[in-house]
Parts: sequence; structure tokens; C-alpha cells
Amino acid sequence: MENLTFDLAQTKVSALNHYLHHDAPGKGAHKITVINPDGAHNIAVGLDAPVEVEVIVHAGYYAGGMNKRARVVIKGSAGTGVGENMMSGVVHVQGFASNGAGASAHGGLLIIDGDAGLRCGISLKGGDIVVGGSVGSFSAFMAQAGRMVICGDAGDALGDSLYEATLYVKGGIRSLGADARVEPMAEADIAIVADLLKQAGLEHDPGAFKKVASKRELYHWNADANQEY
Amino acid sequence: MCGIVGLLVKKPALRARLGEWMAPMLIGMTERGPDSAGLAVFTEPTPDDTRKISLYSGLMEDGENFDWRRMAQELNEHLHLGVPASLEAVGNHAILCASVDPERVKCWLKERYPGLFILSTGRRIDLYKDIGAPAEVAARYGFDKLQGTHLVGHTRMATESAVTPDRAHPFTAGEDFCLVHNGSLSNPNGIRRQLEPRGIHFETDNDTEAACRFLEWRLREGDDLEMALKKGFEELDGFYTFLMGTKDALALIRDPFACKPAVVAETDDYVAIASEFRSLAHLPGVKDAHVFEPAPEEMYVWKI
Repeated sequence: MENLTFDLAQTKVSALNHYLHHDAPGKGAHKITVINPDGAHNIAVGLDAPVEVEVIVHAGYYAGGMNKRARVVIKGSAGTGVGENMMSGVVHVQGFASNGAGASAHGGLLIIDGDAGLRCGISLKGGDIVVGGSVGSFSAFMAQAGRMVICGDAGDALGDSLYEATLYVKGGIRSLGADARVEPMAEADIAIVADLLKQAGLEHDPGAFKKVASKRELYHWNADANQEY
Repeated sequence: MCGIVGLLVKKPALRARLGEWMAPMLIGMTERGPDSAGLAVFTEPTPDDTRKISLYSGLMEDGENFDWRRMAQELNEHLHLGVPASLEAVGNHAILCASVDPERVKCWLKERYPGLFILSTGRRIDLYKDIGAPAEVAARYGFDKLQGTHLVGHTRMATESAVTPDRAHPFTAGEDFCLVHNGSLSNPNGIRRQLEPRGIHFETDNDTEAACRFLEWRLREGDDLEMALKKGFEELDGFYTFLMGTKDALALIRDPFACKPAVVAETDDYVAIASEFRSLAHLPGVKDAHVFEPAPEEMYVWKI
């Protein structure tokens, strides 16, 4: 069996996820289409199989969360926490994504063709995020590892309390968060941006991006800073 | 957690379908707000000198057995109304319509029937709210049959005050104004201390009531809606998505952290707002609608 369709107007999300967890990894379908998701929560969470899941159209909260190996494509928008805690694989939102997209992702690639809401990539732990549009405020807050490519603008406090994640922004940055700074783009950075844009299927000049990384001044408590960072 | 919903139809012919489209929106937000539900609908206006007053008898001992007809009769006699007040009652809810200064009616009601709760006053607004699951409340008052230009609804999961009908949303202040809230305010008592010395009376200890009375006070002081909302951003602290209904508009704002969700679907026929897309999924033409998430600290106003 190659293809299988789940109609969420007829079937519960739990039945879809049960299939994806228990049947898809073995001899199940390689491509699963989900129709009438109608904003339901937890669609295709916790997958651990090299399958492709296509969601038509709008998904609710936590779609593709904790993903391993699978490719989850959402043809519309996604609610809060899309691709949160992803380990590997790809989650691709073709519309916009709400708050907390890719939160704590350890690995894999999250692609958002439209805009992402606030706190995109918060506490990123090694995953990659490419946003075709703009990201809201407090994105990449406390991001520890991984890369974020933002083709539009960034809101307030980008990369606040940033650790070792690297951010690339093509548009404007309304404000940088504490301990984040703009650094020059090295050849290696341009190669990284070019590679991620290619994976995301987006066409931009990699040389037009700015790099944002940590000043690393918050790594150690400074008694002389008088709490002013 | 709470759920908010709003709907404004753009074509007069669709006003008859307002309630039919809205009821599933409200019921769709049950998981976000299972303990109470409410809705304010804005209709064609009454004549200049006539006001509609929505009343609730559920806080009285008689509850849904309250004798509405007798109350209306007494009111007509005591206020010597030339044209008698009309009354439409369903269980514990009634809409009184009278061509008289509404303050006279309210004073008389407070004296004669102090337990009767005044839900709203205006030329367009009818308000319903009660405790219970949204589907029960919707069925109790026939929400699916409501007609009008726009409406605002709420499903409540109480966090800041008790689960009682008067603490359910929408809250109203003044005439033809209501507000629903998803979130929690951190300075409602400060707002109260600002307003009470100005003679503004509070009916509950609910945080949303403070926001409602603050914004209505600003409108009454002469601010337009945009200016009032701007002052709201300055004065109201906490988490909020507020959806407001006025005589001719719906207005939406979200706090600067966008802690509480909202999504909008707009077509040539309607603007529909909900906490989550799952409450919009049933609307006709939604698959081709312009769907977007309102930005934090922005004002969205849709006129009828």
C-alpha cells in the first residue's frame, strides 16, 4: 500500500496518530494524506518513520511535534507549537505558523513559507528553521544550538539570551534581545544560508542576510554589571 | 483559558443567518471554555427614544419560573408608560423594550426586583450569558436562531473569579458596548481604584469587568474607539485577547506578548474571529477565505 487518506471529518486524530505510530513504520502506506483537519490539534505528532504526511489544509496546535524521520507537509496554516521538539525529518508549513513554531527542536528542518508568530524557535536545541516571511517578537529566545534563516523581518528582542544558535535575517530587526549582536557574514555563513534556502525551496541572495549570534556576556554572572545587560 | 468568537456579516441578506453560523463557532470552543458561555448580538436599532434591556432572573430564587409578565405589568403601571413596555422572555432571560429613559427603568427594577440582573442596555444589543456547557447555553436561548449585523461570543474556563452567571462574558458597560476576554489582567484592582471615585459602579470582582468599564469610560469621555484602545494598551496590564462589540463595529486587540490566541477569516460575506481555526472550519467559503493571525498590539476594527 503506497497511499492512504484519513478524513478527519470522519476519523479521530487519535486513530490517525495510532496508524502513524503503529502501522506506518512497518508495511503501512508511505504517503498519508489528511483531509478536513479543520484546525484539529496534535496532527501527526511523535512520528518515527520515513513516511510523508500531507495535511490539507489548516492544522491546529502542535502539528508534527516531536517528529523523527517523517516529512509532514501542511498545505495551509499551523497553530501554536508546530514542529515543537522535533528530532529529525522535515515539517513544512505552506501558509503561516502561529506562536512557538519549532520550539525546542533538537534536529530536523522546519520550513514556514509564510510568516511565523511570536517566540519562533524559542529554546532551539539543534534544529534548523527557515521562515519565508517574517517572525514575531522574542524569536530564538534562549536558543542553544541550530540555525534560523528569516527571509523577512524580525520583531522585538530577537535572540534574547541567545546561546550557540545562529540566526540569519534578510530584512529588518526591530530590536535585538539581551546578549545578541550582529556579526559579519563569513564564507561559511553564506554557504549555510544557501544550503538551507535550497532545502526550503526559497530563492534569496544568501549574501543579503545578516548574522546574529550571542555576545556570550551572559554566560557568567558579572558582579559589576549591576543587573544591567 | 477561554474561547472567544465574533462574527460580522457584510451583506444585509446574510443577517438572518448570523446565529446559524455562529452557534457552531461557540460550541467549537467548548474545550477552551466549558463552564459558562455567553453572546451579545447587535440587531437593527430601535427608534431613538426606545431602549432594549436584557434581563436575567437566574440569580433569583424563582429562576426560570420568574413571572416576567407580572414584572412588565407592574413596570408599565408604576412608570405610567403611555406605550407599554414589550417583553420577550425565554426561561430565565428576557428582553424588555421600552420608550422611556432606561435609567428610570433600571432604578425601578433595582428597587422592586433587586435580584434581577441587568445584562445589557442599548438600541441594538441583546445579551445572553449563563453557566453551563456552551452547547447547553446555546440551546437554552436558541442562539442558532439569532439574527443581526454582528455578534460577540465567549466560552469561559474561569481563572480569576468564581463560576457564576454574572461573571460569565460578555461584560457590558454603558449602551451598545460589550467586551469578551481570553486571558487574565494583573492590575484590575488598580483600574477599579481609578474608576470608582468617578462614580463608576462595579457589579462583580471579575478582572474583565475592569477592562470593559475602563474602555467604555474612555469612549464616554469622548475618545474614539482607536484612542480608547490605545489608552487600553497603556493602562491594562496582563494577558489578553479582547474582542469588543459596539453599535456598528467589532474590534480586536491582543497584548504585546500575544499570549492568547486569535485567528481571523474574512470573505466578501463575513469577518469571523475565533481563538482557534477549529471554530471557523464549518463556515461557508472558509477554504477560500483570507485567514490570518492578528498581530500583537495592533487594533483591528471591522465596521458593519
